[in-house]
Order: sequence, then C-alpha cells, then structure tokens
Amino acid sequence: MGKLYDRLMKDYRLREGLNACINCGTCTAICPAAEFYRYDPRRIVDIVQHQDDEQIEELLKSNTIWYCGECMSCVTRCPRRNAAGLVIMALRNLAIETGLFMESEKGRQMYLLCKDLNHNVLNYGYCVYPRLFGYKEHQEAGLVWEWVHDNIDDVFDRLGANLDKDGPGAMRKIPQKDLDELKRIYDITGATERLEHVRQAGLKKAEELGLTEEEYCQKLYTECSPKHFNH
Amino acid sequence: MIYEGKKKIWAEYQKEIPEDHYFYVRSCIRQSFFPASEATFLDITRNKLGKDIFETEHHTTCGGIAYHSDTIPQETVMTIIARQFALMHKYGYENYVCSCITSFGLYCETMETWREFPELQQKIAENLWKTCHLEFAKPKFLVHASDLVFKYRMQIAAKSKFKLVNKNTGEPLRVVEHIGCHYSKMFPSKGVGGAEYPYVLVGMIEAWGGQIVDYPERRHCCGFGFRQYLIKSNRGYSLSNTHKKFESMEPFKPDMIITNCPGCPYFLDRWQYVIAETEGKTYGENGHGIPVFTYEEVAGLVMGYDPWDLGLQTHQVSVEPLLDKIGIPYDPAKKYLGKNGKYLGEPQKPQCLK
Ligand code: SF4
Ligand code: SF4
Repeated sequence: MGKLYDRLMKDYRLREGLNACINCGTCTAICPAAEFYRYDPRRIVDIVQHQDDEQIEELLKSNTIWYCGECMSCVTRCPRRNAAGLVIMALRNLAIETGLFMESEKGRQMYLLCKDLNHNVLNYGYCVYPRLFGYKEHQEAGLVWEWVHDNIDDVFDRLGANLDKDGPGAMRKIPQKDLDELKRIYDITGATERLEHVRQAGLKKAEELGLTEEEYCQKLYTECSPKHFNH
Repeated sequence: MIYEGKKKIWAEYQKEIPEDHYFYVRSCIRQSFFPASEATFLDITRNKLGKDIFETEHHTTCGGIAYHSDTIPQETVMTIIARQFALMHKYGYENYVCSCITSFGLYCETMETWREFPELQQKIAENLWKTCHLEFAKPKFLVHASDLVFKYRMQIAAKSKFKLVNKNTGEPLRVVEHIGCHYSKMFPSKGVGGAEYPYVLVGMIEAWGGQIVDYPERRHCCGFGFRQYLIKSNRGYSLSNTHKKFESMEPFKPDMIITNCPGCPYFLDRWQYVIAETEGKTYGENGHGIPVFTYEEVAGLVMGYDPWDLGLQTHQVSVEPLLDKIGIPYDPAKKYLGKNGKYLGEPQKPQCLK
C-alpha cells in the first residue's frame, strides 16, 4: 500500500465511492466526459483500487482527473455501487493538497475557480452573483442576458426579486453577520488555507511566466490544448 | 405493457412528502437566472394553496457549486449545510425544501455520509457550534421544491385555466422532461420515481394534460459539469452535451421542455441559441427553438399567470409560439417593461434564432 493511497483512503468520498471494481466499463459507457475528452473513468477506478502509488501520482499530475463533470451518472449504473465521480473528487482534493494540480493545464484552472467562486460566496453569500456574471465573459448567455444585465435592477424588481436589498427574497443582501459565519467556517475547516495555497501556487507560476495576474487569468480562462479531445 | 411495467417501477420509489410546514432555501442559479420562478413557487404554495413555507434572509448558498468545482473541502461544505439545517431547527421547522438540485443531491449525500460515519457528524456539529453558536439538527423530511409541486399537482390542475394541449388540434402537447443529474442518480430512493424512471415531472405533465416524449438521450446530462462550464476553454463540454440531447429529441418533435434543476433550463435554452447562431441549426418549428421552462413557470402558465410576470421574457428561445399553441394571452407591448410600465429598451435580436 502506498503513501498517496493511504492519504486517499482518509477521504470519506473514497471510502464511500470505492468498492471492488470489476472493470466492466459501464461507467465509461454512460459518462458524458468520456465521450468528449480522452477520458476513461473505469481506468481511474482501476488504478486507485490497485493502490499503486506511482500510477496514482501520474494521475494527480495529469489532465485526466480534471475532465469529469461530477454529474454522477456513473453511480446509478455501476453494478458494484462504485462512484467514479466521488473517486475523482478525492483525487482532485489530493492533487490540490500535494500541489500536483499545478502540473497540468486543466489542474492550473483551479486558480480561477477558487478565486471567482469563493469571492462570490464570501462577499455575497452566493456561488453565483448576477452582477458579476457579465455578458462580455458569457456571450453564450445570450443577447437577452445582455439586456437583463444592462437593466439588472429594473428587471430583478419587475420579476419579484430583492436584489441587494434587506429582508428575504431572491438575491437579497445577506446580512454581514451571516457572511462572517461563512468566513469562520472557511477558516476552521481548511477552506481559507486551501484558497491561499492555490493562490500562492498560481501567483508563483504567473511570475515564472513573466505574466501579470490579469494576463495569467486570461491565459487560464482561454488556453486549450487540442490533445484533450476524443476526436 | 412497457408503460405498465414502468408504472410499477415508479411505485417502488414513492418518497414521503409531508403536506405542509416547510423551511425554504433558495438556489444561487435559480435566483440569478429565474428569480420569478422562485417568486411563483412561493405565490402558488403560500397564497393559492395556503401552505406554510417559511424563508429567512439568514440562509446562504449551500456552497454546492464551489464544492463541485473542487475549490472547498468536504468538511467546509458540510458545515455550511449543517448551518442551513440548524437555521431550520432554530425557526421551529423539521421539513426542509430546497430550490436547487445540486443542493438537494449534496444534502442527500451529506446525510448519508453522516449516517455512515457518526464521528464525522460529531465533528461537523462541533464546527457548527464553534463558528456559528448554532445547535446541530437534521431535517426529518428533505424535499426538492419540485417534489412539492408534484405533490400539489392535482390541486394546481383543479385551479388551472389552461391545459398543456394544442388548442387547434385538441392534442396533448409533446413534452420533454429533463430531471437534472443530482436529483436521483446518486440516491434513487430519494427522488420521486427513482433514477431510471423519475416521475416528478412526468406526474406534473400528465396532471396538466400533456404527453411525455421518450427519446434515447432522455437521461443524459445537460452538460453543466461545474468547471466544464465556468471556464471558457472547457465550455465545449457543456455545449456538446446539450447538442447531443437536442439531436436525439429532434425527430420526436417536442413542443416544449420542462426542467427540474435550475441550471438545466439555462443551458438547454442558451446552447440552442449558440447552436443556431454558429451552425444555423434550430430545433423548433419555422426557425424557432424548443422553448425550455422551469416547473414553476409551467405551473404558473397552467394557472393563468401573465407570462411576463413569470419572467419568460428573459429566455433566449422565444416562448410565444408555445403560448399561441395553448391559447395563453399575452401583450407583446409589455414584454420588456420594468415595474410600473417603465420601458427598458429591448434586447438585440439574434441573427438566426427567431
Ligand atoms: S461501472 Fe463500476 S464496476 Fe464497472 S468499471 Fe465502472 S466503477 Fe468498475
Ligand atoms: S461523475 Fe464524472 S466520471 Fe461519473 S459519469 Fe459524470 S463525468 Fe463521468
């Protein structure tokens, strides 16, 4: 048994998500990621169940573990009640803890995800905050979203929301006392530490590349090697 | 025969849904993109059906999108969830209704993990006390808001002004239902009808006069994939999954789509627009798309709400052809007005999608 495997086994998601895999490939057949990316959840579950640290380390450094969409479609169909999606989550967690996420293009995207999503959670109390969901970065949100965004207070008012105002209702301003509680939860459960760890790793990389933070973010947001795809 | 068999399977997955008295928790995505749907849910349940659905401004995100994008540890999300449950208890409720499928799946998973690993539950309870001075509690009943609309579907039908029927032909409308992966793919017994034959939306469609469209990719993911949509360079994943679904449903000529999860209607609506504008392909009739709705919007339509009060002007795929088919009246001049008739201009028109 290897050291990385031991660390994985401390993750409740792995303990819940990995029983004996019979390599049937049903998960791969149903998996939306496997159709799009060069990705095979069956293989990942098999590597982990073999407890081979060298191969696990390769996985942690690879793009492969970042292809999953965490849809959990694989869970329903696995004849052994494995959850490839949960195994992936445990692997991603370990890739971040060990710093090995920085070895792959898809892993490095964690910098942006950590920054944007948790900015929303800690400052507004929501994972998505519509004022920061701009049309420029999200043109696929449609011309109707451009209109909504340009008239956001009026449209939200019209639709019975309570955008940034006191009291209950959709997109209300969440009281500071509650946001402080979220921050304390982040502090004692390891989220604050993780966010800082990911931030420092990203800033170091940006410096190595001679990029400003903004340029680095833009690179992460748009860079895409053709080697990820299935066809 | 096959249909009878399916009915039998549904019968095995009948979850218990209490009639009344719920603590209500909102969804980040539904609030951002379909705020009127949540307003409609509360108006129908509270004001039309007289139910007690309580909301406090102190609840927050469950952290689900941050968690499923792997940015925060499991212990963090579990403590945020414990805080939500503790608020329910503090306000005197034991039934919990949430407006989000990602949250619902995560609540189910969290409660299952706590059951399996009591030492973890103990740790989370301690975290909760240290950070928020709240007493740990768990819901007696956990439901998604669509479970409640399903529960009340006959009461809604009894108050309906319209049916999901083509007024010209008298035929039931052909309705595609999309459940949202995290509703029951992990824990089939927690969803109405299980994972293979979920009945939660089918029950509404049948009760309101429509006809279900079965098609090969019916259970396929919409393609959100969290990080796969949020980062621009991954977005092809999201688009290609929606594309796969539309190609699969197209031969069955659906009139409309009804969705369970707050994210799915956004993706199924917006990616149709992207496919139309980039490939020139449309899936509805005469250059239109197939209109996509939340279950609250459909409940509102059959009950006779004004389509613009339901927020249907914020969809990219135009809903008017469907409203005309059913015979629901609407005033085109009021489509883009704000409160008190304030004119807000109009969105630009897509080049291909009508
Ligand atoms: S479906 Fe289950 S048993 Fe089959 S390969 Fe995948 S994880 Fe292994
Ligand atoms: S959770 Fe991941 S591995 Fe499982 S089906 Fe979804 S994308 Fe594939």
